[in-house]
Amino acid sequence: MNLVTPDTGLLFWMVVIFGLVFFLLWKFGFPIITEMVDKRNSTIEKSLKDAHEIESRLAGMMAEHAQMLEDARKEQTDILKDAADTRNKMIADAKQQAREEADKILAEARTEIAAEKEAALRDVRREVALLSVSIAEKILRKDLSDDKEQREFIDKMVDETVQSELHS
Amino acid sequence: MIVALLISMLLSASPSPAPQAEEPVDVAGIIFEHIGDDYEWHLWSWGDRHAALHLPVIVHSSTGWHVFSSRKLAHGASYEGLKIAQEDPHKGKIVEVDSGERPFDISITKNVLSLMMSSLLLLIVILCTARWYKKHDVLNEPPTGIAALMEPLVMMVHNMARENIGEEDYRKYSPYLCMAFLFILLNNFLGIVPFFPGGANLTGNIAITLVLALCTFFTVNLTGTKHYYKDIFNPDVPVFLKPIMPVIEVFSALMKPVSLTIRLFANMLAGHIMILCMVCIIFIMAKYGAVLTGSMTVVSVLFGVFLDALECLVAFIQAYVFTMLSSIYIGLARAHGE
Repeated sequence: MNLVTPDTGLLFWMVVIFGLVFFLLWKFGFPIITEMVDKRNSTIEKSLKDAHEIESRLAGMMAEHAQMLEDARKEQTDILKDAADTRNKMIADAKQQAREEADKILAEARTEIAAEKEAALRDVRREVALLSVSIAEKILRKDLSDDKEQREFIDKMVDETVQSELHS
Repeated sequence: MIVALLISMLLSASPSPAPQAEEPVDVAGIIFEHIGDDYEWHLWSWGDRHAALHLPVIVHSSTGWHVFSSRKLAHGASYEGLKIAQEDPHKGKIVEVDSGERPFDISITKNVLSLMMSSLLLLIVILCTARWYKKHDVLNEPPTGIAALMEPLVMMVHNMARENIGEEDYRKYSPYLCMAFLFILLNNFLGIVPFFPGGANLTGNIAITLVLALCTFFTVNLTGTKHYYKDIFNPDVPVFLKPIMPVIEVFSALMKPVSLTIRLFANMLAGHIMILCMVCIIFIMAKYGAVLTGSMTVVSVLFGVFLDALECLVAFIQAYVFTMLSSIYIGLARAHGE
């Protein structure tokens, strides 16, 4: 029966000591600990949330960055392609122009050559005419002394020659 | 197999009188001496020499206040009209020599001294922890030393309070729950330690568990909400149940502290008794020859180790259960209705 009968003395001391210790720890013990730890926990929670937010923002920025890089690369390719096109076009143009120029020069040269040739031929013809005239003169000088008809023919010939001489 | 052997040995050995002329081992006496309270704290015996702490006796008898050392009452001696009763109904307690009545006795007994020491230890440990938190920047430093040890325990109870009482006002109750938990835990563990300053069976004493349970009872019933009292005295039940329900509810409210008291008390007491039985087996077997004594010693030491380990588990579980039930009762009393 002793075991299940609460002892007055122990009850008294338990109430006093437990009450005292509880009061002291209630005032100066537990709330300080729990408050601090709660504070730390909320800070950790907030930091985690912030970290997540920053991470997602960073991911967005990375995507943007990648997009920008992609764009820049594309633009670079475009520019390079344009430049190549322009270059090719310029070369083609230059070639074309050169060809035209060359053709023109050739044509001019050809005309000039033709003219020179004409002139040379004319000179030769004149020389030949003069030579033939002089040869003919020499031949005719003997035969054309008296004959009137021949004289007329010579005149006519001379006229024709002069005429053709004047023309050319 | 071993269990069966052990039980048969225990059953056959303890009730039967010893075959030799030697005095039989008084198992019940040994056990009750260890789990009960005492006016002196027996430290050790070496042959015939006993070392004990004689604790102060403080009583108020019919002749007024008496304060003296319990050494004066050793071995049945009487002093200032007081003696320690050797017979029931007050066996082992101080009674008045003339009338045989119990005086008002607030002596510093073994349990009271143990209570004082463990309370002081708890006070120092928690105040040191609180000091650590005051001195250190909590946001940048992890807890070290005593704070690292106590923080998980305190926060476990704190979070339990939050879960069971609710976000609104758990902060008011968390210190009490922390206090109850750590007090029970510390004293449970000190009770397992077999030598001074442990060894007092404090949480296995009904006075201690009764005070703890009454603290929970008053906390619950003095801070209950209107909704809680309405549920007790005027619950939403059919009319024919109206007169019965308050009776049942009041009875249930009164039974809660009783169950808290008995649960903790009986669990711790039973654990102590089991371990003491294991130790006693060795001494009971001493007269049955070397072989039996040797083998039973091995067995009881193994069982003793097992029971000690089990007691460590029970020490924690009982502290946890007491705290959790307290927080649940408080949570029920803080209900605000739907």
